[in-house]
Amino acid sequence: MKHFLKVLSCALVVAGIRIGAQSGAPDIRFDSGAEPLKLPANVYLGEVAGAATNSKGDVFVYTRTGHPTVTLGGARAFAHGGSRLFQFDKTGKYVREIGQGLYGFEQAQQVRVDPQDNVWVVDQMSSMIIKFDPKGEVQLLLGRKAEAERIPAGAPAGAGAANAKGGALPPPPGAGADKGGKGGAAPAGGGRGRGGPPGAGQASDVFQRPTDVAWDAAGNIYVADGYGNSRIAKFDKNGKFVKSWGSRGTEQGQFNTPHGLAVDAQGNVYVADMGNKRIQVFDGDGNFKTQFSNVGAPAAICIPPGARQVLYVSNSNPPEDLDANGEIYKMDLTGKVLGKFGRAGKLMKEFGTVNSIDCRTENDLYVGEIGNWRVQKLTLHP
Amino acid sequence: MQRSLASVAVVILSAVPVFAQAKAKAQNVPEIPYESVPNFLKLPTGMYLGEAVAVATNSKGHLFVYHRSGNTRLFEFDEKGNYVREIGEGLYGFEFAHSVRVDPQDNIWAVDEGTNMVIKFNPAGKVVMVLGHRPEAVGGPLATPTGPAPPAEKYLLGRPTDVGWDPQGNIFISDGYVNHRVVKYDKDGRFLKQVGSEKTGTEPGQFNTPHGIAVDLKGNVYVADRGNNRLQVFDNNLVPKAVYDNIGTSWTVCVSPGPHQYLFSSNSNPNGNTPGSWDNTGEIYKMELDGTIIGKFGHAAKTLGGFQVVHMMDCRNPNEIIVGEIESWRVQKLLLKAK
Repeated sequence: MKHFLKVLSCALVVAGIRIGAQSGAPDIRFDSGAEPLKLPANVYLGEVAGAATNSKGDVFVYTRTGHPTVTLGGARAFAHGGSRLFQFDKTGKYVREIGQGLYGFEQAQQVRVDPQDNVWVVDQMSSMIIKFDPKGEVQLLLGRKAEAERIPAGAPAGAGAANAKGGALPPPPGAGADKGGKGGAAPAGGGRGRGGPPGAGQASDVFQRPTDVAWDAAGNIYVADGYGNSRIAKFDKNGKFVKSWGSRGTEQGQFNTPHGLAVDAQGNVYVADMGNKRIQVFDGDGNFKTQFSNVGAPAAICIPPGARQVLYVSNSNPPEDLDANGEIYKMDLTGKVLGKFGRAGKLMKEFGTVNSIDCRTENDLYVGEIGNWRVQKLTLHP
Repeated sequence: MQRSLASVAVVILSAVPVFAQAKAKAQNVPEIPYESVPNFLKLPTGMYLGEAVAVATNSKGHLFVYHRSGNTRLFEFDEKGNYVREIGEGLYGFEFAHSVRVDPQDNIWAVDEGTNMVIKFNPAGKVVMVLGHRPEAVGGPLATPTGPAPPAEKYLLGRPTDVGWDPQGNIFISDGYVNHRVVKYDKDGRFLKQVGSEKTGTEPGQFNTPHGIAVDLKGNVYVADRGNNRLQVFDNNLVPKAVYDNIGTSWTVCVSPGPHQYLFSSNSNPNGNTPGSWDNTGEIYKMELDGTIIGKFGHAAKTLGGFQVVHMMDCRNPNEIIVGEIESWRVQKLLLKAK
């Protein structure tokens, strides 16, 4: 039976090669652990936007779950809830919830753990970056949640469906601007209103639908900002705004939805420029260095710490298409593809719109999936 | 051609209210005597059902009720109607209940037309698969779209209504209020085929709000084509086979298991219809799979034993029908009596 399973999984891997093949990169064998997270009764994950480990191997999961709610009454609508942050230990045992009912928890986008084991949450809807210390107390806030949601006067047919796609999709030209415009132009917006016109990349310390956060060795903070405002913002370790680069566009140094960030040991900044189907590399001051265009539309990105650094990149499938893409690439830091694994699907070892990769060690990954409401713990056998 | 024009006219005439009921064309249908079990569901004090849109039993006889309460909720009861537990409290996919079904392996499938999702729970109540994608909150409040629906996507659903499976485990979803189609996925959730589209239509293979679905042991697919006042039958590849249009407005369908399968369809009677509709709608038909009517039971009424409005049926035992009523916030267990 075991042998049969082995043969079967080999066959599945082989099938994966054919369907996911893009650049002839070698396939990396891998396993997905059974039930990596054990949830208490009546606690559910929804869309897993972020999964990240700390130095002890604890796993933090930031998930879109519960009911995103708008309170009715008057001409303003107040938005609450819709996401939760859970902590598990390295065996997958549930430890606790952090930030229950937090003002900034609306639509989960990412969670990352810094070298001091602080837990950083990126919320796409409140447009906030929230830093918790290891105890779970709020230490630092970047950005500000809009005070209220604008009530639209009317919408053309299909607007709802356009919104239904969302996910890790690059917004079609203009669509992202419309959504960002809710914050950018809305008189009701108390926070997002100050970020300038959508896509203009205005140098500012507030965000429009940010997507990711990373740090360099000195503790400087980099924020990918994001769906609404296509730029990278840099803050010092105390949260003071330093600078900003990029705007919406296709040139070097421009972005079309920067959706993921990673910083290597030398302080180079890798940006998953999803809508432009490339990874751009900058120095810590935002000077363009190089770009990699051989790994599809990167939605999630990770560089393991330690002496030998590589780059994991997910060419995530959009939620409405399970029949293409979905594979994860392993590259070296010069952009050479070392291998790839996985494909879009709902089974174990398949991926449904990966939004997050954690790679604390090179061959042990956690991936968070929007489409499959789950976290998979992957062991690579390169 | 004349006939199809006439049916177009009927559709137009019956367009106000949107799903006006139709008196069944079938005449002299025998009445099947039945009784409604009193106090069937026993809810703990302080718990309430809302619109009881969805009911389904598992192989042990446990009953799942997916209903529109303060929040949409999924309750489990034992075979005697005692409350057992809640499943999926606070689930991201629970916003506006529409259907619950239990597959042959006792997995529980909830269809939510508020989040555009179909959620599969294993018997322990853990989510093991989701289909569709909830529209993201980051868009904020959106005006309700009007006009034609955008093209239907393979993996997105537009207010889906129901789910069924063939013996191979392929998944059939009626989809729904925005799209007007039936989608077939394989057991792993991969798109295979659809019939119908985002557009309404009256031809065979077109729908106007496919509102319920059931699959028989041969893999044939039965669809309650509510807005067209008919039930459509397809083969396993979603090729049209038959239309049953003599049983009023087919709101919901159920196919019983076992060697001799029966088909049930409800000509439900909602509020908002013209006076008099209570007198000639609200009944449930029991049929052979080929459309031969065996008999009917029930009638529109708010009192126990009457229906207001049957939104879903469970027919695991074809002589014990459990109905969920959307407008009486109630679940009834009906014992059909042999004549």
